[in-house]
Amino acid sequence: MVNAKINGIPVQVAEGTTILDAAEKVNVRIPKLCYNDDLPAWAACGICIVKVERNPKMLRACCTPLEEGMSVITHDPEIVQVRKTVIELILSTHPDDCLQCPRNQSCELQTLASEFGVREQPFEKRLRDLPIDTSTKSLILNPDKCIRCGRCVTVCQQMQNVWAIEFLGRGESTRIAPAADVSLADGPCIKCGQCSAHCPVGAIYELDQTKEVWDALMKGGEEAKTCVVQIAPAVRVALGEEFGLKPGTVLTKKIYSALRRLGFDTVFDTNFSADLTILEEGTEFVKRFTDFASGNNKELMPLITSCCPAWVDYMEKYYADMIPNFSTAKSPMQMMGSMIKTYWAEKAKVDPKKIFSVAIMPCTAKKWESGRNKDMFSSGERDVDVVLTTRELARMIKQAGIDLVNLPEEEADSPMGPYTGAGTIFGATGGVMEAALRSAYYLVTKEDLKDVNFTGVRGLSGIKEARIHIKGIEVRVAVAHQMGNIASVLEEVRKAKADGKDVPWHFIEVMACRGGCIGGGGQPYGATDAVRQQRMAGIYSDDEKSTYRCSHHNPFIGTVYKEFLEQPGSHKAHQLLHTHYRKLELYNK
Amino acid sequence: MAVAQIEFSKELQSFVREWRDKPGNLIMILHRVQQEFTYIPREAAEQLSRDLKIPLAKIYGVITFYHYFKTTKPGKHRISICLGTACYLKGSQSLIEETESILGISGSEVTEDGLFSIDAVRCVGCCGLAPVMMVGDEVYGKLTKEQVPEIIAKYRNIG
Repeated sequence: MVNAKINGIPVQVAEGTTILDAAEKVNVRIPKLCYNDDLPAWAACGICIVKVERNPKMLRACCTPLEEGMSVITHDPEIVQVRKTVIELILSTHPDDCLQCPRNQSCELQTLASEFGVREQPFEKRLRDLPIDTSTKSLILNPDKCIRCGRCVTVCQQMQNVWAIEFLGRGESTRIAPAADVSLADGPCIKCGQCSAHCPVGAIYELDQTKEVWDALMKGGEEAKTCVVQIAPAVRVALGEEFGLKPGTVLTKKIYSALRRLGFDTVFDTNFSADLTILEEGTEFVKRFTDFASGNNKELMPLITSCCPAWVDYMEKYYADMIPNFSTAKSPMQMMGSMIKTYWAEKAKVDPKKIFSVAIMPCTAKKWESGRNKDMFSSGERDVDVVLTTRELARMIKQAGIDLVNLPEEEADSPMGPYTGAGTIFGATGGVMEAALRSAYYLVTKEDLKDVNFTGVRGLSGIKEARIHIKGIEVRVAVAHQMGNIASVLEEVRKAKADGKDVPWHFIEVMACRGGCIGGGGQPYGATDAVRQQRMAGIYSDDEKSTYRCSHHNPFIGTVYKEFLEQPGSHKAHQLLHTHYRKLELYNK
Repeated sequence: MAVAQIEFSKELQSFVREWRDKPGNLIMILHRVQQEFTYIPREAAEQLSRDLKIPLAKIYGVITFYHYFKTTKPGKHRISICLGTACYLKGSQSLIEETESILGISGSEVTEDGLFSIDAVRCVGCCGLAPVMMVGDEVYGKLTKEQVPEIIAKYRNIG
């Protein structure tokens, strides 16, 4: 342990603790801008400088460890002046269009400028006028707004191992861009949006499609459309943060009411189609595993989940050799989209052409997924017309003057609203695996598990493993989240296959974002591990409160198979609920 | 890869092999690639990305960080004019302006016939000859701007 003083307050911390973290222990908040809890300190901005007694230099608190006997001053008039100058220098290359900026009121630079009372522009303004990249239809990169803090680059390269962006050039002309200045869409970007979730300013943000949705909701007469909406598991435990509630507050039924007040005609829940996914993917797993156990089609083991569109994109670019191992089941969002414009349209006697299908997702990659390939048009129309992120939905609710927090609760519409606990846990890392195991056990044994909780696959640890015995056969599973953690799992699978050895796992769940969808790139800003834990706790409390906790117990799942889909894996299910993959180049141009 | 393949000479291939696993290999190899192609073609960068298992983004981070590395083909005769302290004080800025005006291009551009390109460089290591201009590997020292047209004409005649 290290003993030192911060502003005269004694502090004891573990060796290696930075001054920044040590100060927080004694309730001293040192401002930070380039620093982010998820990332290693990079000391780019200089806002966190502090003084240390008997040291003539000012030191950066984010990357300086507290040492024995140190006496640190974090705030005095001179330090405040230096920090203010740092902000003024950054602002000298930053546009002043805060009112039109997507990060207005959620911008960390704006907040600092406000806290430090910046009122003047002492330095000559030098804007760069670089082109805006709108190529991905998910994320927008506006390099003019960039303050070169480096968070997005570290996220993309270290956390996600995607390498879509890098610092190009040097000095004043440094900019964030894909290699060779190709557009984002022509490079390795997987649209996970973690760059946008970590950007402190308005340099990378989601494509805002709220206008398209407002337009559809407003259309009347001949052009009127039946507006149908679905919400993803992870949205319900995070949306509240935009309205002053604690992370993890479960708002499912208030969100249903809000969506109706916005003007949606029918409200469905992606949790229902998550249950449907389990039936399809669980059946797929049981078939492959049974084959495997009897020595057939060994190369089709392990089965790898495919719910996460950023992961699908990554796999097609970086692990195309694993395509045969990928579950062909579509994501719950796309299954719901397809079911809305076929099964429900038929049942409700609505022309699919007259349906406008919206999905509220915690994710920026979902925007891309909805047009990924022709399978996303399986109803004959675009199955999901527009995807909105949690952040966009929050804006619409605010625009409509809906008091979300105090809204009366409502139920989702039947039959694709009611869900089980297994559907809701899709929102957290490990959830798809846990839900699949709950049902796979039943599909093989025709008996239900006594304890449906698989706590071994829950939590924020980067790679999790578990084993269960089904009819005496051991099933080994692995769960990985945060794209950068995936390589070690898949390399082990590749190696086992190359060496002709038994595969290390039979079933692997992969989610691109840290914590799974609750930590998605389209969620409210400011996710730290503490926030992710709270959101996950919300997800699991929703599971525990559910009447049914296994997807195969959802009575409406039974109904849709009976009335429409026949059985899991049927020809019809394959047409509507499954998809194809192909190898993608890292660079198109 | 969507980008066309590129042929590395045998020497370059064995150089890449030799350096593949050594620390600091990327810059050494990029030097050698630029020596072979006069710049770092996109195709070469992609080839290196595959051979060295280094993401293309990282390679471009390095190429664009150092002025020395070029991503576009320079002129047949690369004119380097030194803007280091000694040369600058001796008026090398006027050498740049004169050269730009004769060739009708500005720094980092290439003449339409592909013959010339201009680079402003920092110190070529012979400050005693300031101001200095180089054409290819040829050094011209203690220059005045009046001598520039003659030098350029000489290389234009070579073609």
